[in-house]
Amino acid sequence: MIRWILIVVLSLGIIGTGVWGYQEHQEKNAVLIQAENTYQRAFHDLTYRIDVLNDKIGSALAMNSNQRISPQLVEIWRVTSEALSDVGQLPLGLLPFNKTEEFLANIGEFTYRTAVRDLKKEPLSDKETKTLKNLYKQSGEIKDELRKVQHTTLENNLRWMDVQLALANEGEQIDNTIIDGFKTVEKKAEGFAEGIGHVSTSNQTVREHQFKNLKGKPLKEDEALSKAKKILSIDNKEKIRITKSGKGAEVPVYSISYRNDKKSAYMDLSQKGGHPITFLIDRPVNTKRISLNSGMEKAKAFLKKNDFNNMIVFQSAQYDNTGAYSFLYSKDDVRYYSDAVEVKVALDNGEILGLTAIDYFMNHGEREKPEPKISSEEAKEKVNPNVDIQEEYLAVIDNDLGEEVLTYEFLGTMGNETYRIFINAEDGREERVEKLSGSEINYARG
Amino acid sequence: MANKKLMVSLFIVSFLFLGMQIVQPDKTVHAFSPQVIQHGAVGDDVIELQARLQYLGFYNGKIDGVFGWGTYWALRNFQYEFGLEIDGLAGPTTKQKLVKASKYDEAYVKEQINKGRKFTHYGGGKKQSGGGGQANKQDNTTAVNVPPGYSQNDIQLMANAVHGEARGEPYVGQVAVAAVILNRVKSPTFPNTVSGVIFEPRAFTAVADGQIWLSPDKTSREAVLDAIKGWDPSGGAIYYFNPNTATSPWIWSRPQIKQIGKHIFCK
Repeated sequence: MIRWILIVVLSLGIIGTGVWGYQEHQEKNAVLIQAENTYQRAFHDLTYRIDVLNDKIGSALAMNSNQRISPQLVEIWRVTSEALSDVGQLPLGLLPFNKTEEFLANIGEFTYRTAVRDLKKEPLSDKETKTLKNLYKQSGEIKDELRKVQHTTLENNLRWMDVQLALANEGEQIDNTIIDGFKTVEKKAEGFAEGIGHVSTSNQTVREHQFKNLKGKPLKEDEALSKAKKILSIDNKEKIRITKSGKGAEVPVYSISYRNDKKSAYMDLSQKGGHPITFLIDRPVNTKRISLNSGMEKAKAFLKKNDFNNMIVFQSAQYDNTGAYSFLYSKDDVRYYSDAVEVKVALDNGEILGLTAIDYFMNHGEREKPEPKISSEEAKEKVNPNVDIQEEYLAVIDNDLGEEVLTYEFLGTMGNETYRIFINAEDGREERVEKLSGSEINYARG
Repeated sequence: MANKKLMVSLFIVSFLFLGMQIVQPDKTVHAFSPQVIQHGAVGDDVIELQARLQYLGFYNGKIDGVFGWGTYWALRNFQYEFGLEIDGLAGPTTKQKLVKASKYDEAYVKEQINKGRKFTHYGGGKKQSGGGGQANKQDNTTAVNVPPGYSQNDIQLMANAVHGEARGEPYVGQVAVAAVILNRVKSPTFPNTVSGVIFEPRAFTAVADGQIWLSPDKTSREAVLDAIKGWDPSGGAIYYFNPNTATSPWIWSRPQIKQIGKHIFCK
């Protein structure tokens, strides 16, 4: 009798385990398939979009009227950015595929720049038409290669999960059609990236020319150290580490750090002139004792002490028990958005917890007073009549093409929303319209 | 005659006392703290400011304890109407005028906030009984400041990634990792969104092995906020790696910027 009971119980156990195991297996498969589907979607989207891209560039070439060409370029730009995001979703991390991404980015950059320009006044130049033709040819080649890869994957039922595995086990030589196909695509893009010349002026290239106004002579290590101590107001007893930045740095800096049981600090000081590019102090901040407003006074005093002159507060906000303040350089009643500094203040005792001035040092130089060509009344007429203008400034901002332009800045309200509107002070162009927010319902509460 | 005058003044004085008895407790408990309240401030003083401005009909937004643009314009309008200097700051004079011109029942307001009522009609005469009892000491603000262009979800997602990738690293090291994510969003060779960058397959080990779903601590959230506000201790890096565990030889070919903690940051 006991034997029979045992047999029944055990066999039930075995069946149970089997069912459980099968369910687990099923679940795992489901997850794998889902991941696979995501990859597949991204891949097929990509091939489709490169196709569309090629078509659109082709038809743009055939267009004559500039009124038509602008929207077309915008359209190309949009498709490019979607294609880029598709590439980002594919598991190609270890595969050198960045030439293709750069190629796409270049198309986007080129079409955007030409599309936002008024083509009636300044039509496509011969060189730009040639670039467009080139882009057409190259996108065609990439399209063909991608289509080939797509064809093989469909025919042989290849899985992206396998690509991922193959890439993860780098050592093993696996003949993988997808990887090989993408390598070919990459080759095609490489040949082109050089042909495109200097069309691409993305942020990086612009940044290389900057910091030209960084004043002062090169600092030795001990000079940098004493300068840092002065800014952080620490005495000599602290154990301080100092290192030089490597060759990848945009601007050569000394990195200075120390830590004790109360806090740790980290600072980047430019080797030329010893300017504080950025620093952060980390320590627990206790209950708030001083107001956001008195924190601002501390920040102002700190900036003045460290040779940031003519800085005005542009915005302030309290995060937990710290105050964050943005300052802009202001001269002759013109504020310069690119010459910006951020200061972080502890609201328990008013200590300066951080400074970042990279934008300031990248852009700041001698500023000549710019004169607006249109009056503020004329500029106001360009603003949406439903906006109730409350405040007005003159401001220099970077426009969409990365050039500095003088604008009238209007702060206005429409309904419950506040807007910041920039009107070009030369030709009345609406350079930028921003809806201002800054706070959000606290979802984490209760 | 003199008697009558005395009677009148006595009457007034006693009336005043009567008034004091009713008003006094309210005043001592609910008056502003001495701070100057400015745009971006958070807390009980802001709740009081918003409630008083709403009482007077200047503010019709939500009483959430965060001094945002709505509060700013309301305050400026109040200053304009009452002939004060229009600076958008609630300093001593402005606060005094406000206290004089409006009523503020702290317990009632906070009770409504805690019940999750929207009540944008404070002071409109619709006040229900309730109100008694102590205002509890908990945080009554219902909103938080967020850096322009970012939602709490973005910050949370980034904090998750930073925690998974760099917990145990020094604070600046965590800010630097967050900055790398943002630098990638700006870079033409990476996706254009925070989530795109984070979920780019094989980009971050923490995403690949599920560590991104560990719950992040306060430090990583703070580090993300600092990075969003503009701090970049990485010096503009778009890659970083741990030299002890890096398997790809390619990563060593990138121009290096600096090392923070265990991570080498590069272009």
